[in-house]
Amino acid sequence: MIKKTVPDVKKALAGVSDGMTFMLGGFGLCGIPENAIGELVRLGVNDITCISNNAGVDDFGLGLLLQQHQIKKMISSYVGENDEFERQMLSGELEVELTPQGTLAEKCRAAQAGFPAFYTPAGYGTEVADGKETREFDGKMYVLEPAYKADFAFVKAWKGDEAGNLIFKGTARNFNPSMCGAAKITVAEVEELLPAGSLDPNEIHVPGIFVQRIFQGTNYEKRIEQLTLRKPI
Amino acid sequence: MLDKNGIAKRIAQEVKDGYYVNLGIGIPTLVANFVRDDISVEFQSENGVLGMGPFPFEGEEDADVINAGKQTITTLPGASFFDSALSFAMIRGKHVDLTILGAMEVAENGDIANWKIPGKMVKGMGGAMDLVASAENIIVAMMHTNKAGKSKLLKKCSLPLTGVGCVKKIVTNLAVLEVVPEGFKLLERAPGISVDDVVKATEGRLVVEGQIPEMKI
Repeated sequence: MIKKTVPDVKKALAGVSDGMTFMLGGFGLCGIPENAIGELVRLGVNDITCISNNAGVDDFGLGLLLQQHQIKKMISSYVGENDEFERQMLSGELEVELTPQGTLAEKCRAAQAGFPAFYTPAGYGTEVADGKETREFDGKMYVLEPAYKADFAFVKAWKGDEAGNLIFKGTARNFNPSMCGAAKITVAEVEELLPAGSLDPNEIHVPGIFVQRIFQGTNYEKRIEQLTLRKPI
Repeated sequence: MLDKNGIAKRIAQEVKDGYYVNLGIGIPTLVANFVRDDISVEFQSENGVLGMGPFPFEGEEDADVINAGKQTITTLPGASFFDSALSFAMIRGKHVDLTILGAMEVAENGDIANWKIPGKMVKGMGGAMDLVASAENIIVAMMHTNKAGKSKLLKKCSLPLTGVGCVKKIVTNLAVLEVVPEGFKLLERAPGISVDDVVKATEGRLVVEGQIPEMKI
C-alpha cells in the first residue's frame, strides 16, 4: 500500500504559491473543499486562477478568496448568488471565463485521462465557440475544447483511506472525481479518514492512484444554499 | 391565459412513460408536480442525480443532496448519484429523453437565448449550452412576452445565443407552438386566448393552419 496521508491541511497545501492554477470541486456549496479554501485564505496566495463550477457565495466557499482579492481569474459555468463576484467582474478586477458545465467537467476529465482536447457540440454557434476550431461529424457541428492544465486540484470526499481511495456522498460528488489526477498534485480532504482495508474495494469511487495527498478534514459547515422544504401533510 | 403552474401542467402532458427528463430552473421545475402518477418517469439533475424526488420535510434535509438549483431534495427508490462528467455523458450522449428549460428569447429557426444580458446580467450558462446542443427533444417553458410586454418569440434572437436551431416546442402562457421550417407553428391556444391574441404577441413568423384547438388542461 502506498500511503498518501498527510497530518493536516498545512502539510496538504505545501507548495502552493502565487500565480498558480487550482481546480476546486463542488457544485454551489455542496461538496466544496472547505478546509483547503480556508488554508488558501490563511496563506494569502494571490493572483490565482480557480477552475470551479461556481464561485461560492459572498461569505463562504470561494467567496472567501474573492473577499481577499486573491483570485485573478475564475473559470466557471455559473456565478450567480455572489454580489462581490459580480462587482469585481464588472469593475474589471476579476477575469472570468464562462464555460458550459459539461465542457468544464470534461476539460477536467480529459486532463485526468490524458486527452489533450475533445470535440463537444456545446456552445457551437455561440460566443463560447469564438476563435475555437470547429468540425463537422455526421452532419453536426462540434467545438474543439482543450484539457485544463492545473497545479493543484482540491477535492472533498465523504470517506477516504490511507491509500487515497475516495467515496463520495450524494450530489457532493459532482466535479470532485473528474478533478482527481487532473492537476499536478491532487489534495483530497475527507470527513472520515480510515485505515487501508476499511473501505470495500468494490465501492471506491476514485482509486488512490489519482490522489497524492489525503487528510482528515475538520469543522465542516456544509452550508445549505437553498433550503427548500415540503409542507407537512 | 395560463399562469406558471398552468404552463407546467400543459408541459407535463408531453412527458411519456419511460422518459428520463432533465428539468431546468424556474417553471420547468414545477413540471414534476403534474406528471401523471400511472407512468414511470425519472428526473435527472445535472449536478449528479437521477431519480429525484420531492423536497424534503423539515428535519430530513441533507446538505449533500441538492438539485441543480441548489435546493435540498430527496431521492426515490431506484435513484442514483454520479459525477458531473458522467452526468453530461447522459446528456451529450442523448440518453436523456426530454429537456425542459426556460428562455429569455426563442427565434423562429429554433435558436435560444437564456444565459446573458450584456451589461446587465452575466451569471453564466450552467449546463444549458450542453443541454440544448445535445438533446433531441427540447421544450421551452416561458411567458410569451417579457415584463415590458415585448414578444419573446422573435425572428432573430437579440441576446447572446445559448444554442442554434435546437428548440422543437414552446409552451407559453398563451399557446403551444412547434418550430417548423416556416416558423412558429401554432398548435394550441391557452384557455380564453384567441388566435389573434397569439398573433399580436408573436414577433417571429407564425404559422396558423386551420382551426386551432384550445389546450386541454
